[in-house]
Formats: sequence, C-alpha cells, structure tokens
Amino acid sequence: MELPVISHSGPKAEGGGCASSGCGSAPDALAHLPDHIRAKVQDHPCYSEEAHHYFARMHVAVAPACNIQCNYCNRKYDCSNESRPGVVSELLTPDQAIRKVLAVAAEIPQMTVLGIAGPGDPLANPARTFDTFRQLSEKAPDIKLCVSTNGLSLPEHVDEIAKHNIDHVTITINCVDPEIGAQIYPWIYWQNKRIRGVEAARILIEQQQKGLEMLTARGILVKVNSVLIPGVNDQHLAEVSKIVKAKGAFLHNVMPLIAEAEHGTYYGLMGQPEPTAEQLQALQDECAGDMAMMRHCRQCRADAVGLLGEDRGDEFTMDKIDVMDIDYAAAMARRKEVHDAIIDQLEAKRGNAPAAAVDRGIPAGSRPVLMAVAGKNGVVAEHFGHAREFLIYEASPAGVRFIGHRKTELYCGGMDSCGDGDVIEAGASESLLDRNIRILEGCEVVLCAKIGYEPWGKLEAAGIAPNGEHAMEAIEDAVLAVYKEIAATGKLAPAVDSKKVA
Amino acid sequence: MALSITESCVNCWACVDVCPNDAIYPDRPHFMIDDMKCTECIGDHPDPQCAAICPIEMAIADELGVFLNPPGSLTGIPVEKLKELGLWREAA
Repeated sequence: MELPVISHSGPKAEGGGCASSGCGSAPDALAHLPDHIRAKVQDHPCYSEEAHHYFARMHVAVAPACNIQCNYCNRKYDCSNESRPGVVSELLTPDQAIRKVLAVAAEIPQMTVLGIAGPGDPLANPARTFDTFRQLSEKAPDIKLCVSTNGLSLPEHVDEIAKHNIDHVTITINCVDPEIGAQIYPWIYWQNKRIRGVEAARILIEQQQKGLEMLTARGILVKVNSVLIPGVNDQHLAEVSKIVKAKGAFLHNVMPLIAEAEHGTYYGLMGQPEPTAEQLQALQDECAGDMAMMRHCRQCRADAVGLLGEDRGDEFTMDKIDVMDIDYAAAMARRKEVHDAIIDQLEAKRGNAPAAAVDRGIPAGSRPVLMAVAGKNGVVAEHFGHAREFLIYEASPAGVRFIGHRKTELYCGGMDSCGDGDVIEAGASESLLDRNIRILEGCEVVLCAKIGYEPWGKLEAAGIAPNGEHAMEAIEDAVLAVYKEIAATGKLAPAVDSKKVA
Repeated sequence: MALSITESCVNCWACVDVCPNDAIYPDRPHFMIDDMKCTECIGDHPDPQCAAICPIEMAIADELGVFLNPPGSLTGIPVEKLKELGLWREAA
C-alpha cells in the first residue's frame, strides 16, 4: 500500500502569510480544470492554494455603497483591528486607490492581483469600481483584476466586466431557495424600491444565477462564496454547490459565519450560533464530491494587503504613500522577474513530484486522524502559546491532506510563562487557554515546537496528545511520522472509538 | 419640503448615487441634503430614493424629525431588544 505525502515544501515564501507549506491538496484541488483555466489561476492567491504561498493580493476599498442587507453584516462597523470581510479603515477614491495599488505593487513585487470587494457591493458602485479598474489596467497592465459581488446587479454589468478584462469574479451565493434566503437577507434595493422578505430573496437568487450563467458563457472564471449559517442553510449548501458547479463555477468557498454580538449584526445580536470547525469541515467534505473546494480562505478585510494570512495595510496608508518615491516602470519590470521566477519554481516542483512514501505498517482500513499543527513556512516551528492559528491536517491511509486552519486568541504574553493565559477574565466564561483547547476539538494530536507544562496537562485532559518531538520538521513529514507511531500502537483499528486515542 | 440626514449616517454614498436631484453631497461629519434641491422624489419615484436604499436606521428624517427608517425596520431586530441595548429612539 502506498502512503503518498500529497505536498512537500516548495520554494520558500518570503515573509508571513499562511504558515503551512503546501496546504495539502494544493495542485490537485484544481486538477479537474482545463489547462487554460489552470494557467489563469496559477498565480492567483485567492483561487489557487498553491499560489497563496508565493503571490500577494490587495483589496482597495472604493465601493462603500450596498444594494442589499445581509444578516451577518453591520454597515456601521469600522475598525482597524478586525480582520473580516466588510471592514475597512480608510475609504479611497479611485485616484487614491490607484496610487495605493501602484505603491504596494512596487514594494511587494509578488503582488499579482487587485480585487475590489467592498466594503459595500462593488457593482452597486459601478462608476467608482470600473474607474479604478480602467485606470489600473492602463498603468499596470500586469496586475490581474477581480471583483466580488452579491450578484444583484451582476447581469447588467457583465459586459463591462468583460470589457475591462476582469477574468475572475466571486459571487456570494448563500442559497437557491427564496424561503431560506428570506432568513438571510432582510431586504434588497431593486428598481428604485426597497423589497423585503421572500420576494427580495427570489429576485436576488434569480439575478445571481443569471449573472453566473452569463459570466461562464463568456469564459470569465467564477468562484462562489457561501456563508455557512447553522440552522439556516447548513442542510442546503450541498445543493447550492451542485447547482453552481453545473452552471460552470470553478471553485466553491464555504466560509464559516462570523456572528459576534459586539459586531452588532442581526445574527450577532440575536445569538445565531457560528458553525464549529467540525461542522464546517463536514460540509466542505460533503460538497467536495461535486466541486473543487477552497480551504485556504482567510476571510480577509475589504482593504487587505499582502499574502493571504497577513495584512500589511498599515504600511500603505495614504499619508505614507504620498511621501513614497516610486519608479513605476522599474517596479513593473521587477514584478515580471519575480513572477517568472516563482512560476518557474512551481513548474519545476510540479515536474519533480515527491516520491510516494512507502507504507511502513499502517493497517489497511485504519481510521483517519486529525492533527493540529503550530507551523510556520511549512515546518513545525511555533511554540504552542505563540500560535495565531493552528493548521489542521488529516492523516489517513490515503496520505496527509490539509483540512483548514483554526484561529486562536494569543494567550501567551511572554517567553517564559504562559500562566496568565489561564486566568478567566471578568465577564468571560473560560480562559483563553481553555478556549484555544476547545477550538482544537476533534484533533487527537497537537504538533508544536515547544509547549509549556500547563497547556500540556490541559491538552492531555481534553484527550489531545501534545507532541513537541518534531520541531523544525516539514509539517507533512511530521504528521505522517506521528500517524505511523499511532498506527504502531494498534490504536487505528476501524473498530476503535474514533473520539479518543491519545 | 425636504428630507435630512442625521448623525447616524455612515457616509456610504448609496444615497448620493440614487438621488434623482443630485441633492446629496459629501460632508463631515456626515453627508448632507441640499434642501433647495430635495423634492422627496415626488414626481420621480413613489418612494424617496435615499430612504429606500439607506442601510442605516434613523439616518433619514423628514421635516418633522420622523425617521423614514425607524429602529428595527431594516435589521429586523425586535424593538424590545433594541431598547434593551439602548439603540432605540423615537425621532431625531
């Protein structure tokens, strides 16, 4: 039996971004696509799992107006410390946006993509959105353009999208059933009227589906985003996935609902639960049979800058950009060099696929095991208490694959002691350490470079085995090694209760 | 006869784009309606367009200070809940 490691570490990404090396399914997730589409997405960090380690993107917040209300959105929100869609700190005019993009693309030569994603709906701001695209395609024709939309105004703008050579569009489609839609969208603005309830959802769904068909008919790549809302559309999204695939969407990105009361959204204030990491994974796995699923999405801000998983927006505020001295022509030449070098590396890597690891004693039918990894740049590198996110991997007889990431709240303030993290703050129901352990539910092992005495004990009590023995090893190799160790103890037999192993 | 914008406004531009009279202009701390230009959309649309697209409750008021989108009317959050959270006002 073969036990392939699906992705080995490739060329090193510079700086921050995603901590994993290959995010598991990297090249294979898009394997079903025709070559011309793969060529289009290979350097797009939001569409290609592989690309997101090497290429950077940015969003410019030129589109504040919106034409619908979603129950997970609060239009009053503006905060520089939050990382989630719809949030921005600095609204830009198209002229300012162009100055910002050119500055970022000069400073970060890995930049390949400019997206417009809000904070409202880009197509509800057509003049500002298309003016930005038009100016950028004149001044930096190498930068790819993409746009996200709720789809309501999409059909009327498809021709303009095609004209500006925007070959990537993301539509957020949370349902295809108006009854479900009425629980997600309280109203839309349509033909000079505010329309509510099931009628509003019916119109929105009709426009989204029509827009999707029109885009794919023109050969424009469409990714579909869906927000998983437990009790509302969780039973429905597998059907959404089937339908959008049939209509030609090439990638489906199911994202977890964010519904904190302090965000002031309808769902947040009304106590709508967010999905657990396990619910999200189960649904992504269910949809994966029909559709390429995206698992590396970081749900970034409408003004995010840099690699996925990092935000360098603070380095590029308008006051800082105004005093930068930039040679735009030289920057574009430099980008070409950097992009070509990365593509060459990736192609060399693809041609030089890792040899399949030989099975050394994994019994056939062994059950899969989830492991959480405190990783950085593809290796097990982080202290348990310093990890800002855990990368979740699944080891099974079929190999090691990346499942997703789970965000933590930093509880460890210093290098010496993590003790403060185990204090329950006023008003909180659990300590940050307890919370971070709770988000690891379903995992049986935590791989990290180092771990303190206290979290060690708590993890063991929670049935999760801490493991610091693979520090600085490649993540996939370490996960595979630990899986083999568990197999050697005979604890992977199919009959064993899958919840407890450690 | 004219509508006005209150301090609840978040300056999102939605109303500026749909006003048939170009009566709305960006200003600080919030956008304003030129009362010489505003017709409350009479003759153009059945509903005043700024109030029809505005996403923020209590941001558009008429001459009597009555909100065109009162608390709870856009989010669907029950009035009792808004009162509990201190987010409820009757008029501008």
